Amino acid sequence: MAAKPFKVIGTRPIRHDGVDKVTGRAKYGADYSLPDMLHGKMLRSPHAHARIKSIKCDKALALPGVKAVITSADLPDLPDKMEMAGEAPVNLAHLSQNLLARNKVLYDGHAIAAVAATSAHIAEEAVRLIEVEYEVLPPVMTVEDAMKTGATILNPKLRNKEEGDKETNVASHIQFKRGEVEDGFKAADYVVEREFKTAMVHQGYLEPHNALAVYNADGKSTIWTSTQGSFAVRALAAAVCGIPETTLKVVPAEIGGGFGGKLTVYLDPIALALSKKTGKPVKMIMSRADVLKATGPTSGSTIRCKMGCTKDGKITAAQVWMAYEAGAYPGSPVGAGAMVIIAPYDIPHMIIDAYDVLVNRPKTAAYRAPGATNAAMASETVINELAEKCGIDQIEFRLLNAAKEGTAQTAGPPFKKIGYVECLEALKNSPHYKSKLEGPNRGRGVAGGFWFNVGMNSSAVVNVNGDGTASLVIGSVDVGGTRAAQAMVAAEVLGIKAEDVRPSVGDTESIGYTDMTGGSRTAVTTGAAVFAAAEDAVKQLKERAAKLLEKKPEEIAYEDGSFYAASDPSKKLTFKEVVAKFARTGGPVSGQASVNLRAVGPSFAATLIDVEVDPDTGKVKVLRATCAQDVGKALHPSYVEGQMQGGTAQGIGWALNEEYVYDDRGNLRNFGLLDYRMPTCLDLPEIETILVEVPAPGHPIGSRGVGEVNIVPPPAAVANAIANAVGVRMNVLPMSPPRLLKAIINKRSGSDTQIAAAGR
Amino acid sequence: MATVVVPALLRKLTDGADRVTVSGRNIGLVIEDLERQFPGFGEYLLQNGELKPSIAVSIDGDMGTGGLLDKVKENSEIFFVPAIGGGL
Repeated sequence: MAAKPFKVIGTRPIRHDGVDKVTGRAKYGADYSLPDMLHGKMLRSPHAHARIKSIKCDKALALPGVKAVITSADLPDLPDKMEMAGEAPVNLAHLSQNLLARNKVLYDGHAIAAVAATSAHIAEEAVRLIEVEYEVLPPVMTVEDAMKTGATILNPKLRNKEEGDKETNVASHIQFKRGEVEDGFKAADYVVEREFKTAMVHQGYLEPHNALAVYNADGKSTIWTSTQGSFAVRALAAAVCGIPETTLKVVPAEIGGGFGGKLTVYLDPIALALSKKTGKPVKMIMSRADVLKATGPTSGSTIRCKMGCTKDGKITAAQVWMAYEAGAYPGSPVGAGAMVIIAPYDIPHMIIDAYDVLVNRPKTAAYRAPGATNAAMASETVINELAEKCGIDQIEFRLLNAAKEGTAQTAGPPFKKIGYVECLEALKNSPHYKSKLEGPNRGRGVAGGFWFNVGMNSSAVVNVNGDGTASLVIGSVDVGGTRAAQAMVAAEVLGIKAEDVRPSVGDTESIGYTDMTGGSRTAVTTGAAVFAAAEDAVKQLKERAAKLLEKKPEEIAYEDGSFYAASDPSKKLTFKEVVAKFARTGGPVSGQASVNLRAVGPSFAATLIDVEVDPDTGKVKVLRATCAQDVGKALHPSYVEGQMQGGTAQGIGWALNEEYVYDDRGNLRNFGLLDYRMPTCLDLPEIETILVEVPAPGHPIGSRGVGEVNIVPPPAAVANAIANAVGVRMNVLPMSPPRLLKAIINKRSGSDTQIAAAGR
Repeated sequence: MATVVVPALLRKLTDGADRVTVSGRNIGLVIEDLERQFPGFGEYLLQNGELKPSIAVSIDGDMGTGGLLDKVKENSEIFFVPAIGGGL
């Protein structure tokens, strides 16, 4: 199929869910209500680190309208080990304790109790009546403090393999090693070594977390929720509440953004537990402050990166030490960061040590290419310094070292066909790169990025209608045009128009198991499932056509919308003619497929950014940005471009403004979107996109995931552009005006421009 | 014999060797042979008789999906790598 020209894939039909979205008819989680519904609210810790000595709920329960109060004592005490919940590994004890603290609170905003009442206002008032006695403990806010000898310990039970029975805040250490790194540095003519700090940042989805749960008297329950994975919610909520997984149905609502942050659960099990206790439906919606304080941001990090190269620009060695903030429980994306940091390059000698470290901050969650943006900030700026020392253009230097088919990945396996070189070439030949950048304090920077695609499990059903249209049911939540893109895959195989396929997202009882929308897997794996389901329908239609043409099924071909026998091509039946007679030829036609994909091709991107720096204030204006990305095969190019623009915009937010700001007591100071400053359209230029299409081997369409890798290069590209503009090398994210101004002033006074991270 | 590329932190079990040869027609049997030759491997890779959720297997460049049941060829190259799951 990949070798044939596509007729539908690669075109730009109007999205099927567009009218509902623009007319306000689309139902998001908060739009769902049930008769006799209660409203739930959470009590959250004002302390970053404290022992809970007692919780008294009497006054709250006495308030008229309050129907229930729950604490961790109302949830099962789950085992402290990694287990499979559904198809995903999770430490259920940590998950449960993050939802309702057990014995200790571990961050500002950690939930302690939940109230269900007849109105949201009564529930809020009741929350204020719950009395908690704390023993306040010193907060541990940075990986440096957490890793010190004698550091305050967050979890006395935590152990890692290397430190034996010693108490620690280091949850794990991973190492990757290839060759002999000292030999590699001996062979280098130039060596650059820098230390970087990147801030904890939030995914910034506009729709807060929400859940509506009803637990029925027969033990069956339903949750309506905003999630990236309805089957994950089913598994996790059931485990936390101690009910059989398949007694719970999860209905995914339309989603107002997730970016990885809606792959786990926060409110869903709590609303379910409150419903179980009260016998009534319970609805919960987070405030923005709750979202920022208590749902997973991604890790801040400290990274030391040393790389060496020869005079002619060949990288000889890389040595990396990286520690990521896990938050209150283990599970930062440092392993992914370690596997990503030098992956775009063919480096013979390397050693990477990576540490997952507990701190008194929210438990981190996935965020668009988790761990990779931090990592690329380090490696991609060091690479530019090496290129400068060699006097080699920044794209040419990357081309000299770029990973290709056969290059060993960080963890060892060789890459199959990949498109990093093609991305760099596309950027080099772009109108942007060929344009002149003139004017004072202006600079241009390039950076590259790599991200995995995962396969996992997806299901799809294609029902063919008698009028020649089809309905498509998938289990993947639609976060960015999924329905439209998958309808196009079905239409391509069925030989009909995309508009004639009506796609929908099924709940956990109306479609086969499907993993989350994330991991750059949806276009790839759900695409393969839809492709196979449509092929199944076509196979059945060939059998129907054989009956109508009085031929054997194996003789029937389907091309250009017509069924015919090779022995008699003059007799043809159109798709509509065959499906119109389904009731006379064997009944309804329904294609089905469930896949567990092995062959998935990773993604690369390269980004070019021009900036102008105000040397008197340190403010950076992004003048122009271009992202070139290997997308395998773009299903719907407009939505792919949208993903590239969105990822680039978020990456620029990381670069210039976004950060969690904690005070000395570990309290978050910027828990609103006025103070947690995400870029708006006024801060950004039109982001230009170049779709590079290097088909992924082994995939029926050649798809690669397109949603994540685009966020990886921008901070490093901005840092490289700032260096080009004003000669200051930034080693801290975000490169906010005060930090950059300080670095500029330091440069003027001849002191070190490598500044320490402030305000963390 | 198939080849297992030894993760860096486990090379202490193989006397520093970064590649070892193993027998076994599937990953479960390969791990059995690893444990026999280099005691300690099993503890690192297995939990409750299954591959640990945090570990993925690459066999000849493709990520395994069948856990211990994934087939191994006579000359396969096997990597045990950190699992990249969802979320991502």
